[in-house]
Amino acid sequence: MKSRVGVMAVMGLCTIYFLAPIWWLFVGATKNNDQFTGTAPMWFADFHLVDNIRELVTYRDGVFLRWMLNSIAYTGGAALLGTVLAAMCGYALAKYRFRGRELLFNIVLSGVLVPATALALPLFLIFSKAGAANTFWAVFLPSLVNPFGVYLARIYAAASVPEELLEAARIDGSGEVRTFFTVSSRLMFPALVTIFLFHFVAVWNNFLLPLIMLSDERLFPVTLGLYTWNTQVNQVPELRGLVIVGALLSITPLVVAFLLLQRFWRNGLGAGAVK
Amino acid sequence: MKNRAVPIFVVPFGALFIAFYLVPIGYAIVQSLYKVERSGTFGPVREVFGGLDQYQRVFQDGPFWASLGRVAAFGVVQVPVMLGVALILALLLDSGLVKGRRFFRLAFFVPYAIPGVIAAIMWGFLYSPNLSPLKPVTGAIDFLSADLVLWSMANVVTWVYVGYNMLIIYSALLAVPTEVYEAARMDGAGQFRIAWSIKIPLVLPAIVLTTVFSIIGTLQLLAEPQVFRSFSSAVTSTYTPNLTVYSTSSIPNFNLAAAFSVVLALTTFVLSFAFLRATQRRSAEQ
Repeated sequence: MKSRVGVMAVMGLCTIYFLAPIWWLFVGATKNNDQFTGTAPMWFADFHLVDNIRELVTYRDGVFLRWMLNSIAYTGGAALLGTVLAAMCGYALAKYRFRGRELLFNIVLSGVLVPATALALPLFLIFSKAGAANTFWAVFLPSLVNPFGVYLARIYAAASVPEELLEAARIDGSGEVRTFFTVSSRLMFPALVTIFLFHFVAVWNNFLLPLIMLSDERLFPVTLGLYTWNTQVNQVPELRGLVIVGALLSITPLVVAFLLLQRFWRNGLGAGAVK
Repeated sequence: MKNRAVPIFVVPFGALFIAFYLVPIGYAIVQSLYKVERSGTFGPVREVFGGLDQYQRVFQDGPFWASLGRVAAFGVVQVPVMLGVALILALLLDSGLVKGRRFFRLAFFVPYAIPGVIAAIMWGFLYSPNLSPLKPVTGAIDFLSADLVLWSMANVVTWVYVGYNMLIIYSALLAVPTEVYEAARMDGAGQFRIAWSIKIPLVLPAIVLTTVFSIIGTLQLLAEPQVFRSFSSAVTSTYTPNLTVYSTSSIPNFNLAAAFSVVLALTTFVLSFAFLRATQRRSAEQ
């Protein structure tokens, strides 16, 4: 009994540590600038959230909304397409015997250990040479590549797609590619959601690539946009309120998506880690 | 016959992997072997082959090695603390002593949804002497001072990643069949004993995986220090290796920045590979 009380106390303290900063951000986003500095930080003053959001989305012709849309396009698009590509490659590595298979797998696996930030600078130089550095594609295309996704897809495909089923599909005259999209990918679906989530977070968090690549603020993802505002807070104090509200709005969709998709995290992570 | 489909599966990823992974690595190596030369003070600038000149500069660059030392100190302290907390929380969740497991699992995991830049901005405000809800604490202790700011950033990284690592370890624990514990319990082993002698060895692969990712993440530290430069003058433009790469490329000195990138990537690769090898050998011996 005593140990249960102790354990629950630890859980409670940890909950405060993990959630209090988010609570603080939410409360802060509901205040105007005077209240932000003048009232108790962890509790509401007058509720200005709607006004604050209106100010944020109209500031400088709604550049914040544009950043949000950019983030969704970079991250959602790259993760969706990248997951399909990684799944196909991992599936082939698991289900076919072909020359160079092990070599290919080892090269891709080494790719997992190469830090993505080491690629940002040479990518910038290459894209500059091609005259394409400050474009949407300069951030989008490199974000498609996810070697860890290939690694996971290979494990999942080996575990969840039975050989007999593929043989049966072949006897029925279904082509290999069609079998992948109609049968195998369905069996791998929970795993694919996990790969998608991993990829999504990796692109969403990649800061160096857009920082080096982009100079036109209309192409910024929301993280880079809020970062540039935050660097100007000392000169333009009213930006502080916008940074707080913007931070809250920028994390809300991801937090909600995480909570909804949480069971995929658990299942998928288990399969990846037990290997 | 059926192998005819293999290129269709492999080529799309393979082509992008070559274009945006292998080519940039090669290009960085090539760039790092060149240097910019100017004939006379105002003469035209041209790129000439410089051999290992840039690497010589890298190895003589004091701030760069200081920044590597800094992230090494960060990693040696922060990674074990973060993974230790993650492991303890996972074991507690798995112990059967916790009511409301689902809630706690979610609550601890939520910070992982917050990008490093945003987390750093939030904590920057929380640390600030006059805006923080912990004013009595931040008034007395300057978390943004030169002595403490590295550990203040360690706290930000820990806050974001504990829940994620906990979930990886917890998932591995759930995958262990409960019969494994039954026998030990019959023999009279307590919770603590079961955790130490049975559960931890069984989830070791998960811990190895999280350690490798943490090592890679630590050496790449960029978003947090870059954001903290707005909050603290103690964070210089060469505070971490990646900040050095960034500030060198904005001078711009791309050849030297490429050499920094190559050295950093190689260091990361060798360290994580060596760690994987060492742990694999140990588990093979057992």
